[in-house]
Amino acid sequence: MSDPGILAVTKAGTDPVRAQLDGPSGTRPRRLISRRNIFLYGTLILVSLYYLLPLYVMIVTSLKGMPEIRMGNIFAPPVEITFEPWVKAWSEACTGLNCDGLSRGFWNSVRITVPSVILSIAIASVNGYALANWRFKGADIFFTILIFGAFIPYQVMLYPIVILLREMGLYGTLWGLVLVHSVFGMPILTLLFRNYFTSLPEELFKAARVDGAGFWGIYFQIMLPMSLPIFVVAMILQVTGIWNDFLFGVVYTKPEYYPMTVQLNNIVNSVQGVKEYNVNMAATILTGLVPLVIYFVSGRLFVRGIAAGAVKG
Amino acid sequence: MTDANRKSVEIKNLDLNFGAVKVLRNLNLDVYEGEFLVLLGSSGCGKSTLLNCIAGLLEITEGQIWIKGTNVTWAEPSARGIGMVFQSYALYPQMTVEGNMSFGLKNARVPKPQIKERVARAAEVLQIEPLLKRKPSALSGGQRQRVAIGRALVRDVDVFLFDEPLSNLDAKLRADLRVELKQLHHRLKNTMIYVTHDQVEAMTLASRIAIMKDGMIQQLASPEEIYSRPANLYVADFIGSPAMNLVKGTVSGNRFTSGALSIPLDGYDFTRPAKGEAWFGIRPEHILVGDDARTGDAVLDLEAEVVEPLGSDTLILTSLNGGRFWLRTDGQTRIRSGDHITVGLRTADASLFDTGDEARL
Repeated sequence: MSDPGILAVTKAGTDPVRAQLDGPSGTRPRRLISRRNIFLYGTLILVSLYYLLPLYVMIVTSLKGMPEIRMGNIFAPPVEITFEPWVKAWSEACTGLNCDGLSRGFWNSVRITVPSVILSIAIASVNGYALANWRFKGADIFFTILIFGAFIPYQVMLYPIVILLREMGLYGTLWGLVLVHSVFGMPILTLLFRNYFTSLPEELFKAARVDGAGFWGIYFQIMLPMSLPIFVVAMILQVTGIWNDFLFGVVYTKPEYYPMTVQLNNIVNSVQGVKEYNVNMAATILTGLVPLVIYFVSGRLFVRGIAAGAVKG
Repeated sequence: MTDANRKSVEIKNLDLNFGAVKVLRNLNLDVYEGEFLVLLGSSGCGKSTLLNCIAGLLEITEGQIWIKGTNVTWAEPSARGIGMVFQSYALYPQMTVEGNMSFGLKNARVPKPQIKERVARAAEVLQIEPLLKRKPSALSGGQRQRVAIGRALVRDVDVFLFDEPLSNLDAKLRADLRVELKQLHHRLKNTMIYVTHDQVEAMTLASRIAIMKDGMIQQLASPEEIYSRPANLYVADFIGSPAMNLVKGTVSGNRFTSGALSIPLDGYDFTRPAKGEAWFGIRPEHILVGDDARTGDAVLDLEAEVVEPLGSDTLILTSLNGGRFWLRTDGQTRIRSGDHITVGLRTADASLFDTGDEARL
């Protein structure tokens, strides 16, 4: 330490050696407008414009009155902003004999989605946990069959399920539709949960067994608290999937239980009277709002959960 | 030690198959009360599998497991009277240290005041009292492993099982915790079964070592016995670093000969009468160098090819009959590579192995 040279090097700010350095040193300077940046940002902006333009048209149109729409300038912003079409879409638009707008469909969709999401996630997470941690005889065959189910087109099973629901006395009821949604969510959700639970360290499970926790004890006290990301992923998948479903909604329920999507279709495709584009646009945005909000609220967790569940398998 | 009442863990004719793969084959092992038994072997030898079988985390195919005189072959892990410590610590990340340590007791419905008391006592033994309210993520590796040991400690069990508990720690911490584990064993006097692939851990901790290979125990003996009288070629080669020098040659007329090497076997303690081809083995640290060399039963002249000074001692690589031949001498040696050195071998330090079944002669 008696060497003054060594002492000097350790003091960064006033280092006389550093001031004498020639040529490139430290971070390399970068220009803001370079060919690379123009290409990168140009492409990104172009693609986002391309993707966002239809949304723009929808929002703009839904805020115009019918006379303004008839002028034919679909890209022009509204001269006179009106929320009339939104109100009408929500509470006055007619489908068949009912004229209480989309609100009826919205509440139907809520009553379908909430129990379906809870039921399917509850069952699938226990399924995945059992498949990942409690290796039982025939587990692999069971899993293969379940995954196979994910590849069968829904249309094939449409009619058999009608008969099944009829025999069970559930045809045309909300609970019938909830059951169908829960069953069809099972393959992909089980896969998701199984892969996630497999990625958790096996020794944790072993430690819990030595500590005397049973099947449910380990599930609720060890596994569940560690699995928030994957539950969020499952929730997003199920909420958007079930909310956006049209086919099952129209096949397995009767008009008074139609979900929002079916009702939207009936409003937009109504053949009577004038086509109220502004109302149709407002109704469409309203219908798509729920999945949109879910994505915005939990987007970050979604990405994290997908990565955690997918990378390690 | 042979008193039948004092057996803590007994493994009787244990088989374990994963499908067509036989992982453990007709394994018999008795562990006595208060013993520190180390299962040692390279990866894939079945040592961790055996430990998991004892813990009840793996379903065995054939045979029985007894703990403290009770047949626990079909018992749940929690009902076997064991505590287990894992390589990756396996602490529950969402619980505090206290929560981790009391989880097993809560499951066993131990009354709350008693849980508190036992956790406090274990925390005191392991000196982790200031950490009780922390989550595992806020602990260092050594602290985590201490908590993991604490979790086994509070359960008040007869047998502790350790599955490579120090492998995830850095070298210095590993040495520290190794000493602490030994002190812990002295204090608690519980039966401990410890799996490792590290021969230093095995030699320093064990009362007895079981060396495993291909699902079978190769030798079960005290560290001294395993070091000085290895039962077969595998054990001889596995223990010691650098490994035992092995020279192939012939035994005839109470003499071992191989090229330049010729050594009388009068002082050798044969386990069975031998003749013909054999391996002659001697540890690098048993080779006499310098003034003592002339006192050996055989004296050789070798050329130093590589010299590796380690500070405390020096390793010298030479060759004998075309094979590698390591010597270990003290750290103050002045030998340079290229030097000729005179070395002496003593028959009493050597081991002979059959070239056929590779067993000790």
